[in-house]
Amino acid sequence: MDFQYLFELLCGGIVKGSIYALIALGYTMVYGIIQLINFAHGEVYMIGAFVAFIVAGVMTLSGYSGLTVLLLAAVVAVIYSAAYGYTLEKIAYRPLRNAPRLSPLISAIGASIFLMNYVQLAQTPDFLPFPELVPEFEFMAPIERYLSSADLVILIVTTLTMAALTVLIKYTRIGKAMRATQQDLVMARLVGINVDRVISATFIIGSVLAAIAGVLIASRTGQINAAIGFVAGIKAFTAAVLGGIGNVPGAVLGGLVLGIAETLGAGYISSAYEDVFAFALLVLILILRPAGLLGKAVKQKV
Amino acid sequence: MQKTTLVKFLAALLVTALAVPALAADTIKLGVAGAHSGDLAAYGLPTKDAAEMVVAEINAKGGINGKKVELMIVDDQCKPEIATNVATKLVSEGVNIVIGHICSGATKAAIGIYKGAKIIAISPSATNPPLTKSGEYANFYRTIAADDDQALLAAAFATDTLKAKKIAILHDKGDYGKGFADFAKAAIEQGGKAKVVMYEGIQPGAMDYSAVIQKLRNEGADLLIFGGYHPEASKLLSLMNKKKIKVPFIGPDGLKGDGFLKIAGKDAEGVYATGPKDVSKLPLNTKAHADYKAKYGKEPGTFFDQAMAATVAALNAVKVAGGTDYDALTRALKTSLVDTTIGKIKFDAKGDAEGVGFSVYQVKNGAFVEVK
Amino acid sequence: MAHLKRSFGIGLWFMFLTLPLVVVRVNTLSQEVQWRWSNLLWVGVGAFAIAWFWQFSINRRAAGRASTVADKPSLAQRLADDPVLSRRVLLGAAAVAIVFPWLVSTGQNFYHVNVMVSALIFVVLGLGLNITVGLAGLLDLGYIAFFAVGAYTYALLSKNFDLGFWTCLPLGGLMGMLFGVILGFPILRLRGDYLAIVTLGFGAITKIVLENWDTLFGGAAGLANIPRPELFGLLLDGRQKSVYSYYIVLALVALTIFVTNRLKNSRIGHAWMALREDEIASVAMGVDMARTKLSAYALGAFWAGLVGVVFAAHNNFINPDSFTFMDSAMVLAMVVLGGMGSILGVIIAALALKLLPEYLRAFAEYRMLVFGAVMVLMMIFRPQGLISDTRRKYDYDGADGANGEGDHGGK
Repeated sequence: MDFQYLFELLCGGIVKGSIYALIALGYTMVYGIIQLINFAHGEVYMIGAFVAFIVAGVMTLSGYSGLTVLLLAAVVAVIYSAAYGYTLEKIAYRPLRNAPRLSPLISAIGASIFLMNYVQLAQTPDFLPFPELVPEFEFMAPIERYLSSADLVILIVTTLTMAALTVLIKYTRIGKAMRATQQDLVMARLVGINVDRVISATFIIGSVLAAIAGVLIASRTGQINAAIGFVAGIKAFTAAVLGGIGNVPGAVLGGLVLGIAETLGAGYISSAYEDVFAFALLVLILILRPAGLLGKAVKQKV
Repeated sequence: MQKTTLVKFLAALLVTALAVPALAADTIKLGVAGAHSGDLAAYGLPTKDAAEMVVAEINAKGGINGKKVELMIVDDQCKPEIATNVATKLVSEGVNIVIGHICSGATKAAIGIYKGAKIIAISPSATNPPLTKSGEYANFYRTIAADDDQALLAAAFATDTLKAKKIAILHDKGDYGKGFADFAKAAIEQGGKAKVVMYEGIQPGAMDYSAVIQKLRNEGADLLIFGGYHPEASKLLSLMNKKKIKVPFIGPDGLKGDGFLKIAGKDAEGVYATGPKDVSKLPLNTKAHADYKAKYGKEPGTFFDQAMAATVAALNAVKVAGGTDYDALTRALKTSLVDTTIGKIKFDAKGDAEGVGFSVYQVKNGAFVEVK
Repeated sequence: MAHLKRSFGIGLWFMFLTLPLVVVRVNTLSQEVQWRWSNLLWVGVGAFAIAWFWQFSINRRAAGRASTVADKPSLAQRLADDPVLSRRVLLGAAAVAIVFPWLVSTGQNFYHVNVMVSALIFVVLGLGLNITVGLAGLLDLGYIAFFAVGAYTYALLSKNFDLGFWTCLPLGGLMGMLFGVILGFPILRLRGDYLAIVTLGFGAITKIVLENWDTLFGGAAGLANIPRPELFGLLLDGRQKSVYSYYIVLALVALTIFVTNRLKNSRIGHAWMALREDEIASVAMGVDMARTKLSAYALGAFWAGLVGVVFAAHNNFINPDSFTFMDSAMVLAMVVLGGMGSILGVIIAALALKLLPEYLRAFAEYRMLVFGAVMVLMMIFRPQGLISDTRRKYDYDGADGANGEGDHGGK
């Protein structure tokens, strides 16, 4: 067996998986609190990438370069994605809080179609070249086979982001409020938690993560268009369910498992069936563990 | 806003519902079908512009045999199911001859409808070989060479000029890309000068292709032939450059355009692509491009030359045939030589234009240059 | 006044929100930045107006909620509830449907008939999914896969074994059913949204297999030259073929309506609804969970397979692009927008969702944008769908009937 090749594939899988994980976190957090599959989450990721593209484009053409551009583009992208996530929840989901279960799902699909076409009309339906914002680090040259500079940045940023998220959920006031709301929305409201604010905060945090993922992946693949959100969204959602939807560490694990499975499948069998490996794995895991890898089987109350 | 949309919609509904097909006979109805919106609009719009320009010129000169030419422009978004609807629409409204469709899949879906109604279609861009070579569609013509021709050229260029020994072939699983890849694979295996070490489809629109690139390196490929369109090609190139994998990259004419140069940027440097033979020196071609620039202020897009040629050939056939009778048109297309933007052409028995072909181009300093 | 102020704030917020995407456009080829400030103004004004109107409607809706629902049912709802009236409307609709091809097609103009055939195909799909989702409450995001099974069944059988349309029609339905059962088995244990993602996965897998296995399914190039439905060996011209297809799907629609209606009030139908409302309670009451769920899948898939055959025959050509996730979502949207479980609602929604984009072609660029917005708005203002399903009620008018009055407006 060729271990070098295996290792190369594993590295690629982890990078891909960590991107999935970043987007999956947004799905899982929202689902944990209001049991909604936020289909428009992928669009928020796409908008993040587009805003970063615009900021970077304007700045590059005004003569700035390098890390300043990357940082500023990322910051603006994060702000805008958060604003879009927040607005999305207010318009498309909040009025449906007490509606039949499938109504918010259809609303989400509608919002997703709307946002995708909005960007297509306001910008372009074509593919756009995303500038390479991550410089080539000299010290990466020996291990470039496994990890490129952009890959390294992706791994570092995702690790830091996830650490920050863990701290936020575990130790801050809003994090505690989120966990309480997740356990029991009505009870949380009774003990004086402003549930509406917690839900808004959840959407904002999820969108921030999606924007970070958007900037990272766009600068790695070097192109964006208005349809990228859809593909990434479906995969990330799969990752979230794989890990046990509603469970934060589960989303990370699900993302990594999915990324590695896809890469190994493509590397050893055939890349034409890449998505089949992803979904087959999902079905298999759900048959064995119906609540996902880390999800707890919820006892249904009668 | 909602209200006006509704009113407009109702109005549109009324108009479409009540529209009685305009009485024929006084005009020649030229249908133009292709992608005018959606992802692939960039491939369809130049054809629309070309047809409009040719028709405007002819009508200014008094039309053909005393009849004006009327354009019927329909958008199929390159989707087969929409193509059948718009084809039906054209046939319903009494079209005489059709320029299009643009994508091979949509063309295949629509061509049967035209065949049933005895209407000739000339495509500027549908390169799928069976369209002509199967002999199933006697009413189909095209002003571009078929995919297998350019795949043969790409394979010969890879093994003879670039002397590659271990060739990897990737495709986007689409009709167009896979066709090109299949023919290239067959040609290489038949030639026996090189081995195909890897042959795989990739998922178009996927986030990441690093696994397939690692595999490419692992197989020790010294050349990559890719069948597909520019977004996937540039994504592959960008990731290959990041992983420092430098092997020659050959693509089909789907890459040979500004779309690819724009989005691949510096990653495009050195990439080979097959494309229709350079016809930019032909006087008619130079004139058409100058006219276009004067009118739209930019260079014409993909398939513009072929579309010009298709429109001119179609209208010439109408002129020679002295009407729009199917058999007379068929005879005219196959016998009468016409001077176009892609050279002097007529069509062979199967509907392929004689005298069009491909050459290999390479990106040098951000522009495609013909490789001699 | 407070409304105006709020609307003004919302206008500003949207101006901020759309600032980069609507105003700036970077042209990477010519290295130019295009600033389109005028767009911003339009967004601001538009958002202000919509926000004002929005608050107005939300308030009205809230007011409407406060009064009892039963007081003011919509026109459509009244129609659906009144048996005499609805029968008349139904007869009228049937009459219009039957003469429709002769009204709109003159000479060789059969465009409208063709469009209507595509729309009616989706009506059958909507009604089929209505069984799985609407009646049994099993969310299915990969329903279009069964449609593909039917379409490919006919294409392959007619190509390889020379079987005719009428032989293949029931076979396509049965194949759909078979796949429904095969896919249903492993996911019986899953609930709610887990079920949704697995069905989505099955839909995606089906499409990828169709794309990749080109020796059998023709790959992305699809299968062409699929024979049209035959009519006693008569040769039909283009228009006659379309009209014939039209009557075939129309008959299918009628059959679907009839069967679904009967199923709804049958033993298995009640079991589905019981399962939808409360799984544990219904299992405790003796409903066979596995059989009930599988039958919901199988019967839903049956219609998709059946109408898939018609789709392939009508279009002459199929390829995997017609069976994407977006199509599944569209069928689901028909069921939810129409009102889960309601037959009339699903039909109206299916026709609207398929015909609007077709005739909105005049505003090609904006139609999908409007479409997405309408989906969101519909859900906000009528989350129960156009026509909510009415269930047969058995009122007990006993001694304390006056006290129980309030319950009648419930589910």
